[in-house]
Amino acid sequence: MSEPDRELPPVVEDDAAMLERTWGDEPGIVGWITTTDHKRIGIRYLVTAFIFFLAGGVLAALMRYQLSRPENTFLSPDLYNQIFTTHGSNMMFLFAVPVTQALGIYFVPLMVGARSIAFPRLIAYSYWMYVGGGLMLWIPLFLNNGPDAGWFAYTPLSEILYSPMKRVDVWAQMITFTEVAALAIAVSLVTTVFKMRAPGMSLNRIPVFVWGMVVQSFMVIFAMPAVMIASTALILDRLVNTHFFDTERGGDPLLWQHLFWFFGHPEVYIIFIPGTALVSTFVTTFSRRHMFGYLAVVLSLVSTGFIGFGLWVHHMFATGIPQLGASFFTAASIIVAIPTGIQFFCWIATLWSGHPQLKTPLIWAMGFFWVFLIGGLTGVMLAAVPLDIQVHDTYFVVAHLHYVLIGGTVFPLFGAFYYWFPKFTGRMMNEKLGITSFILFFLGFNITFFPMHILGLHGMPRRIYTYLPETGWGTLNGLELIGVVLMTLGTLTFIVDAWMSLRAGVAAGNDPWLAGTLEWLTSSPPPAYNFLHPPTVAGREPVWDNPPDQPVVVGLRNDVRDVLVTHVMDGTPDHRTEFPDPSKWPLLTAMATSALFVGSIFTPRAVITCLLPLFVTMTGWFWPKKSGETGTQPWPIEHRTLPMPNEPPTGKAA
Amino acid sequence: MSPEPAVHTLRERKVLDVSMLAPGGFGYRSLMWWGTLGIVLIEGTMFALVIGAYFYLRSRNAYWPPQNIAPPDLTWGTLNLFLLLASAVPNELAKKAAEKIDLRAVRIWLVVCLAFGVGFNVIRAVEFLHLNVTFSNDAYGSVVWTLLALHTVHIATDVVDTGVLTALMFKGPIEEKRFVDVEENAVYWYFVVFTWLPIYGVIYWAPRII
Repeated sequence: MSEPDRELPPVVEDDAAMLERTWGDEPGIVGWITTTDHKRIGIRYLVTAFIFFLAGGVLAALMRYQLSRPENTFLSPDLYNQIFTTHGSNMMFLFAVPVTQALGIYFVPLMVGARSIAFPRLIAYSYWMYVGGGLMLWIPLFLNNGPDAGWFAYTPLSEILYSPMKRVDVWAQMITFTEVAALAIAVSLVTTVFKMRAPGMSLNRIPVFVWGMVVQSFMVIFAMPAVMIASTALILDRLVNTHFFDTERGGDPLLWQHLFWFFGHPEVYIIFIPGTALVSTFVTTFSRRHMFGYLAVVLSLVSTGFIGFGLWVHHMFATGIPQLGASFFTAASIIVAIPTGIQFFCWIATLWSGHPQLKTPLIWAMGFFWVFLIGGLTGVMLAAVPLDIQVHDTYFVVAHLHYVLIGGTVFPLFGAFYYWFPKFTGRMMNEKLGITSFILFFLGFNITFFPMHILGLHGMPRRIYTYLPETGWGTLNGLELIGVVLMTLGTLTFIVDAWMSLRAGVAAGNDPWLAGTLEWLTSSPPPAYNFLHPPTVAGREPVWDNPPDQPVVVGLRNDVRDVLVTHVMDGTPDHRTEFPDPSKWPLLTAMATSALFVGSIFTPRAVITCLLPLFVTMTGWFWPKKSGETGTQPWPIEHRTLPMPNEPPTGKAA
Repeated sequence: MSPEPAVHTLRERKVLDVSMLAPGGFGYRSLMWWGTLGIVLIEGTMFALVIGAYFYLRSRNAYWPPQNIAPPDLTWGTLNLFLLLASAVPNELAKKAAEKIDLRAVRIWLVVCLAFGVGFNVIRAVEFLHLNVTFSNDAYGSVVWTLLALHTVHIATDVVDTGVLTALMFKGPIEEKRFVDVEENAVYWYFVVFTWLPIYGVIYWAPRII
């Protein structure tokens, strides 16, 4: 037990009350702005990403309505271009990646049994940058300045000669905002998983979902720099007259495609690896048994992460690359199906040998099996150069990518909302409404997107705002509109369910699904400090595997934000470290960064001008509170040295 | 006091008592080291990609550098190479001092590092003037300037955050974890120094010998 603080009243508070004082936020708006609680920020991220999902869905519906009959004049060609570019950019950069990372922010610390996430202020900063990126994309759209060169902004179309307005600049800096946000989360999550696991959680006991987030984070770390470099080079070409992509002066438009797809292909895996890891989680919980082939599943995730970096040129088969290159990238594109296939067999084996309970999350996972499998199969087809060239830039590719991305991420995400809603709120969602929303969404999805395969084979190109009646594409496009209506009803059912359950759902208790991972050990919703007594673990599913007398961690101070740091490999206790208090500086730093990014598209001088506020806010962030306040009391004298890497846990021998 | 966290029974519940663990640790034990590693991976990838873009563009051009453009002058870049490498000495001494929790030595060597840092930023400004090409001339100029500017952002940032850290180590409050910050600052400094080796090679020697 810690010694009572000098300033505390002589009455000894109990542990929970004291922890609440230490880890809780200030009430009201101040607490809302300054919080570094990973659960509050995670929820905020989830809700914001869901709003972007709905907004992007509205754009999709507008496009489907425009295309539902030939020679429709509902949208002008120019507005149509802005809408499809904003839809794609929004769904990739503001929805799919952030929403999966949001689940990581909320659940990774809980699932590894930690009191917080590593670098909590960085997570707060990340959220504000993400909001900045969202505003950067959506406000210009309403000012008739939305990006209009496609979500991949190919040069030379996106160069200043062909896109003279600010639209492409807006797109390029939106990228910078969202990538900064994503990279910050990736570094925090990797550190949390490697260094803050509960004692006993060796590498082979890390939950599959957490492994998925680790692989995703590493992919973010290696892929996102490519798009930042690319969009920076693009904006330099546009604003200060460099010539990266300008053939007249020694540049090359294909450099853009290489840099963009070096990011863009791993992006697909960044988006669906957490989805497959979610499916493993539901399958394990609702089969009531440990994951079949845990090692194979984890290695599949890791190898997908590696192979995912060797495929980018398959987006460029139509650019006339050398045949040897094409063959290599075809082979790699087919190989990447193998680890995903292994995961499928492990899911089947787990369900087969378990006692599956068809609760809503597992039903969404079943939808995932069907949809994602079709997306994967058309992916193998597209890996073949002749077929790829034949259907390049047609609706076949649109069908494929929506089967992969919606199948791989949106279905598991809806499952995740149902699965973890009790943990977020302490209340259950309604099973009947859940199944209704699944049926509507599943039917709607397939009615919308399956005909696109056929339209693509019939030659309907992407990114056209209308077509002639003689093409014969009208019937299927009209049918797709019905699918859109069903998907919308499915989503609305989900929202109604969430709203009603939030107000009047059945109380959930700690572990309504009788699941095995650590987040179910604590209350629903969890307290600010996550665990009253941080757990130790004796198995892969600690709630199932821990013996009744499994020790809990004691001895962390509860008058400061003290967290336990453990060893990377075996998760044995190493040292403790004190985490920072809530702070206004992440928000202020994000505002300074935003001013720099936004200003840079108007004048290079803004970059110089904004360095000062950036310096001031970052220094404010780093600078410790004044001596005498909580957390700066001297430690006991025997700890006046700190252990070196190769020393035993307690530090230098006295 | 036992050297390992002890398992014993308290209030009928087995507990793992971690109260005797140290309040921090150096090197890969610390969270800060892992955070620094993440940043190094991100920025190292950026450097690698710009170097990749350099050679990609080179493969697309018959003349590299373009005709009538001389390769960058060697003098200033090479001088900076030696200065950056020499800064590894005070940097290592600052790191060692931090690991010994020796506040006096930490202050001295941080100030020396800072002096080196200001030095190579000044020389860097001169380097830009001796590239013999502007960024708006052609793709060669664009990529050379971008590569040099990207590295300059790093040496400038490193000097600024070393400056803030030095101010903190003089002004206080001093806690043990600040010494971990000094150590991680040194690790990042090494990253910035050693990335200059390939970048220097690309900017100054690739146009000459490849």
